[in-house]
Amino acid sequence: MTLFFDYTLDGIANGMVYAALALALVLIYRATRIINFAQGAAGMLTTFIAFSLLSRGWGYWWAFIVVLLIGFALGAVTERLLIRPLHGKSELNPVIVTIGLLVVFEGLAGAIYGNASRGFPAAFSQRGLRIGNTSIAFSHFDVFILVAVLVLMAGMLVLFRFTALGLRMRATAFSREIARLLGVRVGLLLTLGWGLAGIAGSLAGLLVAPTSSFGPYYMDLILVYGFTAAVIGGLESPVGALIGGLISGLCISYVGGYLGSGLEPLGALVLLMVALMARPEGIFSRPAARRV
Amino acid sequence: MLEVRDLSVSFGAVRALRSVSFRAEPGGVTAVLGANGAGKTTLLRTISGLVKPLGGTVSFDGDALVGRSVESIARMGVAHVPEGRGVIEELTVEENLRLATLWCLKRAERGVGVEEIFEVFPRLRGFRRQHASALSGGERQMLALGRALISRPRLLLLDEPSLGLAPLITAQLMALLREQTEGKDITVVLVEQNARSALSVSQHAVILNLGQVVVSDDATTVAADDALRHHYLGF
Repeated sequence: MTLFFDYTLDGIANGMVYAALALALVLIYRATRIINFAQGAAGMLTTFIAFSLLSRGWGYWWAFIVVLLIGFALGAVTERLLIRPLHGKSELNPVIVTIGLLVVFEGLAGAIYGNASRGFPAAFSQRGLRIGNTSIAFSHFDVFILVAVLVLMAGMLVLFRFTALGLRMRATAFSREIARLLGVRVGLLLTLGWGLAGIAGSLAGLLVAPTSSFGPYYMDLILVYGFTAAVIGGLESPVGALIGGLISGLCISYVGGYLGSGLEPLGALVLLMVALMARPEGIFSRPAARRV
Repeated sequence: MLEVRDLSVSFGAVRALRSVSFRAEPGGVTAVLGANGAGKTTLLRTISGLVKPLGGTVSFDGDALVGRSVESIARMGVAHVPEGRGVIEELTVEENLRLATLWCLKRAERGVGVEEIFEVFPRLRGFRRQHASALSGGERQMLALGRALISRPRLLLLDEPSLGLAPLITAQLMALLREQTEGKDITVVLVEQNARSALSVSQHAVILNLGQVVVSDDATTVAADDALRHHYLGF
């Protein structure tokens, strides 16, 4: 029973990271119908920038904020320079571009920092919290992960639900042509959407780095898990990304705990297949007929 | 005044519009009629910037529209209600309306604007917090029309508002359209297959056939010409 408890706590912490990456994928997918395969690698690259800043003696929080802003800029620039020119062409083209970017980002990180994995500092202690005399599998750092992702999610929710900017962004995501007819400058909003996704991706990178073998490829599996989470949540809903992240975090944690950590990616795959068979449109997406 | 001159549009090898010219005067409705595939929808989409023409000019109150972006044409006071009731289903009724006010009304005026539209279309008020997907066809058309009116447009482009609506609802909509536009400084271009109801609210009528203007005359003259009605309008 304590094992189950520990795996659950572990799954929640990991699930929040998957949720952050899933949110990044959702933000881009619903606005541009593109799966950004470079999202994880972009988070990896910006986390390496954080690594450089930290090794130059920057304080953790300064590096944290600067790197989230760099993540925003990287997403926005990607949209503006690489994705926008492909608008109106085959839907496959931008997807190929994101796969190319994934390779470029990982190659770049490998060339600059080397391919060996190294340690990345955590903002808080990674020792388990104590309840009474027993130590649980949830550390101060896990609490930070939970809070950071929930703050990000809440921020997005407020932005989308309660601001004019968010209304414009949702309109652009759901119906670009009608939004334009109503005077919405959609180009700017698409760039902004990719920028916000960049923040979420960078946050995922920063949060997962201390608990993984931090190197050019450490985000690859996280991207697979984040993608699983996004699909479970329906690919279009930020709330779905959060729930999907928790579901995949828990399932992957149980698989890893009870069946062996080598089976975790397989577990994600099975979860993805089960989710697609049970509810192909995702939990938080209405099976509405979309424009063809 | 809207002035379209020598407008030509091609989709690949297909000529959708051939040298279309006409004028639409403010304070009244100009009906654009014709069969399926006559180029009516393409004409409206070209005016609002969604389609780039091969040649020709579109000007509104002296400003050229061709070459401007869709967004900037909308911000000149051109409201286009596209075919198939262009409401955004995933947004609530109120959000649909509010969206159209963002560029033209100050923050404090937006709520008032929304309330004014609910005065005109009281049926919509009960749905204000529901997704537009919950609306019936007629209600969606009310929302689309209300959303166009809320920005107080100077040029209103309506694409087949009667499509799929019961005759009674169509009649109500047409009456509302007349009530909301008559005597105001607004130019209305109404594209319709339902020629009879369109002519009943229009001052001027343009008939398109295979992308060309075949008739441009007073609506009463067109309605009275039996041969013309039989040949092009099918009633």
